[in-house]
Amino acid sequence: MRNDIILAGVGGQGILTIATIVGQTAVRRGLRVKQSEVHGMAQRGGAVVAHLRVASETIYSDLIAPGSADVVLAVEPMEALRQAHNLRPGGVLLANTEPVKNIPDYPDEQALLDHLRDTPRHLVMDAGAMAKAAGSAKAMNMVMLGALSPCLDLPEESLTETIREAFQRKGEDVVAANLRAFAAGRAAAVAVL
Amino acid sequence: MARLLLLGDEAVAQGALDAGLSGCYAYPGTPSTEIMEYLQGSPEAARRGLHRQWSANEKCAMEEALGMSYAGRRAMVCMKHVGLNVAADGFVNAAITGTHGGILVVAADDPSMHSSQNEQDSRFYGQFAMVPFLEPANQQEAYDMARSGLDLSEAMEVPVMVRVTTRLAHSRADIQPAPARDQSPVRLPRQRQRFVLLPSVARRNYDRLVARQADFVAASEASSYNRLLRGRDASLGVVACGIAFNYLMECFGSEAACPCPVLKLSQYPLPKRLLGQLLERCERVLVLEEGAPFVEQMLHGPLGPVETVRGRLTGHLPRTGELNPSVVAAALGLGALAVPAAEPLLRPRPPRLCEGCPHIFSYKALMEVMSEAGEGRVFGDIGCYTLGALPPFESIDSCVDMGASVSMAKGAADAGLVPAVAVIGDSTFTHSGITPLLDAVWENSNITVCILDNDTTGMTGGQDSVGQGKIEQICLGLGVPAEHVRVIVPLPKNHAENVRVLREEILGHAGVSVVIARRECIQTQRRKPH
Repeated sequence: MRNDIILAGVGGQGILTIATIVGQTAVRRGLRVKQSEVHGMAQRGGAVVAHLRVASETIYSDLIAPGSADVVLAVEPMEALRQAHNLRPGGVLLANTEPVKNIPDYPDEQALLDHLRDTPRHLVMDAGAMAKAAGSAKAMNMVMLGALSPCLDLPEESLTETIREAFQRKGEDVVAANLRAFAAGRAAAVAVL
Repeated sequence: MARLLLLGDEAVAQGALDAGLSGCYAYPGTPSTEIMEYLQGSPEAARRGLHRQWSANEKCAMEEALGMSYAGRRAMVCMKHVGLNVAADGFVNAAITGTHGGILVVAADDPSMHSSQNEQDSRFYGQFAMVPFLEPANQQEAYDMARSGLDLSEAMEVPVMVRVTTRLAHSRADIQPAPARDQSPVRLPRQRQRFVLLPSVARRNYDRLVARQADFVAASEASSYNRLLRGRDASLGVVACGIAFNYLMECFGSEAACPCPVLKLSQYPLPKRLLGQLLERCERVLVLEEGAPFVEQMLHGPLGPVETVRGRLTGHLPRTGELNPSVVAAALGLGALAVPAAEPLLRPRPPRLCEGCPHIFSYKALMEVMSEAGEGRVFGDIGCYTLGALPPFESIDSCVDMGASVSMAKGAADAGLVPAVAVIGDSTFTHSGITPLLDAVWENSNITVCILDNDTTGMTGGQDSVGQGKIEQICLGLGVPAEHVRVIVPLPKNHAENVRVLREEILGHAGVSVVIARRECIQTQRRKPH
């Protein structure tokens, strides 16, 4: 098995949390992992991208070739568009609708979302609102991870176990909110994909 | 032992820790920072009593490591590629003194300049210093090479360099650790003269280094990191250096499926026998290497390019920028280079100063004063505040290397530019700004140095900086007149006052002055427990 996932967002949005939870879960299950990250200057509010590869066999490249990703997951809509060319035919686009408008010439939002929805297999959703409904606006990333989960060859319980460990030191309430956010994202993805 | 999920940087750190390291010395710099940070966060390193504090700059770090090596223990020095320029004096001469305890010099190169001002290739430094060097293909090799590099350093009595690149340094993979070795005891060198590089000793040491070159080549020939893949089609052979091997394998799926004979090259100097076998058998050879055409140039020879060698110098690969699976596939003739279609809705999103960053308010005040100054110029430096070159600020006119703001302002003032202003962060100042300020004090040059003191090394994520809390004392100690060492607090409510102070020092004083704009980095402030 092999899952090639590209994660995108704006520096500071925390896409690495998603990547790390998937990566840790995979290593624990004896799978091979490569996870290429962005550190340094681009993290200061710039466009960031991470490449995450999980497989049962040796993984060579740290980077996923354009046009071959199984999933592009973006926590910001314009960053979804920036990475969409990496999807393989039949690949899944997962995008949060909430824009980060830290540039003066941000494009027309509706046109952007319409364009994303042209992808044959997509889930374009307001993950921030879903996280809020689950009890924590900060859990937007866990909504996105939930939406990613049906696309992965990893059991749901293994992922939720890693989430529990990742947030444990912040208390039971935070753990519960993040698990609810995960479940909401997963349900949304299962319904449409 | 359980497998660990580690960044390439972290794998080097864990490998060195397990190899009996006694001290890590470094100055932060992308993509090398996480090596030291990993050791600082490691309970095991704490238990083992490892030295793991940041140094003032890479030169200090290199020489501190040499001191630890002198005392018989294992040391590691970590830096980004341009940091090796700063450490070069110590690095090159440590090859002449030789080492006692092992020294691993880790240089993290940044091809494509994700977070750097050039893409220099540290392998040239390894060759220049005439020491063995290693280039891991993956995180497991990064882990393993920390130990074999330290072993090799002790066997050959020279520093050994490990060259990593951004894509390996900042990519996580699962690695298998090995049982840890104990630290070495303190043990002094028997020949007391070896480290005294008087010409008579240096000549003897240098002859020994030259004589050792054959041993280094033999070590490369015997290294498990260098190996030949037989391949079935000798029309095109491949030399795959470091992580380029991964992109090659990605194109075919596995070693068995790769039709080309391949030299996987990860330990230098070049293993001549292995390389000779590949060249003899293949009609043509493609060289895949991250960074400069280091190996390729050697194969072309002084009169090249020759028809039988392909790579970055022949247009088969881009001359600049990092490799990826697509450019390697294109060079192998396995498909055209994928170019994404233009997306009219897409806009660039460059990095920017954080919301509420103190530098924003320093620049606003500085811009106002400079707009009154006519043809004055502001010389910038390396850090978050380099982003002040971009809109909406467009406040700095240069960014060259660590500390160059102060020295360039002085040189421009010497030429007659008025006003000449330097903008430098607190950590960059203590790294390389102190000595040029001393030059300016000596001549009472007409410059104003604005030290943006956010009490941390911000760009790389908020590391401790050795001058924290001491910036005024340092300036006063250098001899800047006390009345011209001013402190402002870059907040919106202080704007008028800050403009007044800057105007007095930049426009109203014909001599050296320092304005310290002091407010903590909002990123480090946010991370502190409330």
